[in-house]
Amino acid sequence: MKRRNLLATAAMGLLLASGGAFAQGMDKVKACFVYVGPIGDGGWTFQHHQGALAVQEAYGDKVEIQWQENVPEGADAERVLTQMALGGCNIIFTTSFGYMDATNAIAAKFPDVKFEHATGYKREHPNVSTYNARFYEGRAVQGHIAGKMTKTNKIGYIASFPIPEVIMGINSYYLHAKKANPNVELSIVWAFTWFDPAKEADAAKALIDQGVDVIASHTDSTAPLAEAAKTNGAVIGFGQASDMAIPEYMPTPRVSSIIDNWAPYYVKRVGELMDGTYAQVDSWAGIKEGEVEIGMITDAVPEEVKAEAEAMRDAIAAGTYHPFTGPINKQDGSPWLAEGATAPDGDLLGMNFYVEGIVGDIPQ
Amino acid sequence: MDFGGINPVILIATLMASAVPILLAALGETVVERAGVLNLGVEGMMVIGALGGFIVAVQTGSPVLGFIGGALAGAVLSLIFAALTQVFLANQVATGLALTLFGLGVSSLGGQGYNGIKPPPTEQLLPDALADLPVVGPIFFGHDWVVYFSIAMTAVLWWVLKATRVGLIIRAVGESHEAAHALGYKVNRIRLMCIAFGGAMAGMGGAYVSLARVPQWVDGITAGAGWIALAIVVFASWRPWRVLIGAYLFGGITVLQLNLQVAGSVIPVEYLSMAPYLITILVLVIMSAGRKANGAPAALGQNFHASR
Repeated sequence: MKRRNLLATAAMGLLLASGGAFAQGMDKVKACFVYVGPIGDGGWTFQHHQGALAVQEAYGDKVEIQWQENVPEGADAERVLTQMALGGCNIIFTTSFGYMDATNAIAAKFPDVKFEHATGYKREHPNVSTYNARFYEGRAVQGHIAGKMTKTNKIGYIASFPIPEVIMGINSYYLHAKKANPNVELSIVWAFTWFDPAKEADAAKALIDQGVDVIASHTDSTAPLAEAAKTNGAVIGFGQASDMAIPEYMPTPRVSSIIDNWAPYYVKRVGELMDGTYAQVDSWAGIKEGEVEIGMITDAVPEEVKAEAEAMRDAIAAGTYHPFTGPINKQDGSPWLAEGATAPDGDLLGMNFYVEGIVGDIPQ
Repeated sequence: MDFGGINPVILIATLMASAVPILLAALGETVVERAGVLNLGVEGMMVIGALGGFIVAVQTGSPVLGFIGGALAGAVLSLIFAALTQVFLANQVATGLALTLFGLGVSSLGGQGYNGIKPPPTEQLLPDALADLPVVGPIFFGHDWVVYFSIAMTAVLWWVLKATRVGLIIRAVGESHEAAHALGYKVNRIRLMCIAFGGAMAGMGGAYVSLARVPQWVDGITAGAGWIALAIVVFASWRPWRVLIGAYLFGGITVLQLNLQVAGSVIPVEYLSMAPYLITILVLVIMSAGRKANGAPAALGQNFHASR
């Protein structure tokens, strides 16, 4: 085959591959997933992969899934996305905040490929949708348990990057811990990584060394729990992103968890692509829709605290309670929410301030 | 004895433990590079050691055997590198990078089923009576045996490289393989042994992450520690004691900045986060500045074939 022919064939193949998306429905979909960490992290990426497997199970032969692990946020992500789009992916899920710009940039070049970006807010092109889960609802339940369970009145939070999703988690956690226990103090450690078990363990150790006895983490691995486990029950923590219900870590240090259940959303979106009802969305589901789940609360938590936590979970699910209900002031004392007002989604998605009572500054 | 909410004794004790993986891997790589071989696969050997050590420790219930297993796993992986570069004369940089990718992949595959298991604990070596002494207790007596081993290895390697015949041979091979060959030394065989030693040390460093620092197995658990170790070797100008200083500085400032954050330091978090990298490099560069003898081994990264 001459080179010119080869190029022409390649171009034709490309056209054919992308042309399918014009049709109303699709017989066969290739769904691709970009992961920021390894599937075996036991947390964030693991849960996204569970969602991907659910898609495969739901549609069997009609869907082909492909994924790539450990894709760095930034320029590398663009290369991976380009490869996937050229490789015939019809829908690409990019599962970390840091892929936001890369997703939009590549989406502009492949208008026929659908892009779904997790936890972001930019939808610059009609083929970019965003989806997120209301993790802050789970943080509220955790905060309540933390406030009730701490003996030193010092609770900790291992934060990853200063983005709205993390900051609203910190605020929700703190507000509910404070409500449960007015003497509570929150220490925040910024790890500046999503996945680095040794560093996450070091951060947990730094918190423990300074008297913190309840640790919540917003990083992806189980390392903070492993560090807490070294204290023989003196320090407790929570499963993050995945249940982390490892027998060795129960009843302590893992007393509960936030579980990200992406499967319903992934199955729904791929299904819509197949039957032609797919449209651009900005999805933000929570406990109510089952996208955020509260993992089993262990016996280390007293009965009444457990009951209160579960009541809060159920109230959030029923829509009768919003974790951000006024009066709430910003850190500098200026009012944010009036008595009885609930936070608009826009405020939450762009959240760049701590609530009143949290000490320290958000890194820029 | 607190400074701004931070207890310096606990801090020093913590940094000595948290620097162990980097220190062991960097010491191993120092020997490898002094023999004239640039093995960029440290990260891969560390992660395979982390998994190998973890599996052996869980299966046998003995953390000591685990560390030996980790060292063996690292050494075996490094032998692939040795075979490719010393026997088949492949490019060292490319082969080393491939080794890292290979190690990460193999460990990810082999680690299936080991998630969420707790390994047997690596206990403090000396009795509590010593470890509970004020100040000196936690710093000098409160550690597990690997911490002492890492310091002892620093001393041993310094002495071996500086004052023994073996060290002289290794250096000769690394500075001028032609000359060493002319003197009758088996250049490639010596290099192969150095590579295996470096692999064992990196594997042991990795095992320390999965058995003592984090005590669990997670995919990619070393998360770039191998690259830090490689950088420290260069900035420490291939000298064991400086490698120790570099590893302690890096480990120490990492721990310190996390503690400062918890204590509510006035220094912005952004600066704290970059401090470990900046300060370690700065200190080691300043230490090495202005001395001629600090260059890299002359034959670093060059393959040798006896027929030439």
